[in-house]
Amino acid sequence: MNLTLKVWRQANADAKGKMETYKIGEVSPDMSFLEMMDVLNEQLMVKGIDPIAFDHDCREGICGMCSMFINGEAHGPDRLVTTCQLHMRKFKNGDTITIEPFRAKAFPVIKDLTVDRSSFDRVQQAGGFVSVNTSGNTQDANAIPIDKHDADKAFDAATCIGCGACVATCKNASAMLFVSAKVSQYALLPQGKVEATDRVMNMVKQMDEEGFGNCTNTGACEVECPKGISLENIARMNREYLFASLKG
Amino acid sequence: MTVAASSIGKKVAMALSGLFLVLFLTQHFSINLLSIFSESSFNEVSHFMGNNPIVQFILQPILILGVLFHFSMGFILELQNSGSRSVKYASYKGSANASWMSRNMIYSGIVILSFLGLHFYDFWVPEMNYKYIEVLPLNPDRYFEELVHKFESPVRVGIYVLSFVFLALHLLHGFASSFQSVGVNNKYSKTIKYFTVAFSVVIPSGFIFIALFHHLNFF
Repeated sequence: MNLTLKVWRQANADAKGKMETYKIGEVSPDMSFLEMMDVLNEQLMVKGIDPIAFDHDCREGICGMCSMFINGEAHGPDRLVTTCQLHMRKFKNGDTITIEPFRAKAFPVIKDLTVDRSSFDRVQQAGGFVSVNTSGNTQDANAIPIDKHDADKAFDAATCIGCGACVATCKNASAMLFVSAKVSQYALLPQGKVEATDRVMNMVKQMDEEGFGNCTNTGACEVECPKGISLENIARMNREYLFASLKG
Repeated sequence: MTVAASSIGKKVAMALSGLFLVLFLTQHFSINLLSIFSESSFNEVSHFMGNNPIVQFILQPILILGVLFHFSMGFILELQNSGSRSVKYASYKGSANASWMSRNMIYSGIVILSFLGLHFYDFWVPEMNYKYIEVLPLNPDRYFEELVHKFESPVRVGIYVLSFVFLALHLLHGFASSFQSVGVNNKYSKTIKYFTVAFSVVIPSGFIFIALFHHLNFF
């Protein structure tokens, strides 16, 4: 396949970026999108051009590092996949592909396609945990009976890999799907209920302070989420927040 | 940050004010529908609504505040949201993952707000003038005639029709979305979505039908 790539290039966080156009040949339809980017970078280096910086780690859809906005969609045109799981067979020979970083005020660009998603870490640190005394006599979590329905829903929420596709795709750059998944995975379990009030209040407060936008229920986040996190989690977080507010 | 100023607080406030306006819309439609079937009943109910002190001095101000709140908050949220992504995408395919209605609530809202301006100019301002400025004598039989007279102009009827199309688009997203905002997403959500579609089609179509009915009957 021969492709034309329009890629966002930005030397550093303070530099003014712009779209650059590159031609690339000998792309196999069986390559992953990141492998195609590797080939492009090799070709750029041969020409003496600075390779394109992009985030990646596990390359098997688990770590949530790859973060490209491809042809107007987070992680590209495929569904329930991260960029590393997107294959070039989804494109046609001669296509022009636009590649941009995830864009949000809360995700500033570090270089080219890499963005700083530490705002997610700070939201998580604000309450996305269960406090456990490590006394040596800690109760085995499996010893607590949990309704299978709740356990399944908590597990589904916990599959969120924090990639930020929800923020990137939301027209408001809202982080509600991510935060609600983290709130839900604990709210549904008995271990998480003890700190539920503080958790939701603190995580929402941190989310707002980070500068994410407001959710307007477009549902785009759910569609683009590589793990299929449901909007049901946002409704649960709204309920949790309202009840927590009433408790004071 | 207070709960009311939080992103969820604002979202819930938008949802509740929206649901309140949906209730008002249903009540308004029911009264308008009377004008199709019975001139005297329409006059009777309109006279009651226009002269009952509870409706006039308690419900009407609440309604006006509700409308002002919903629109002001809508604009504030739009401004905040557009500021949350300072550098825009070169390529953004919104239609791939969200409906046109959900992505353009601000535009359908602006059309509805403009329509409300015309509606106030057509009905509310003359009514206030009649009752409280010129203090003209009570006439329980004037409402039907005033209504029919307003729908004489094809331009006005055209604007009404267009506005109610935008109201339908606004409701198609807003109604069901309000339930999600207040935390309702369960086995009834599918029913709520079906009801939203039915409501968003039936009520605005009904308003359009009433306007066209009186316009065509005028000649």
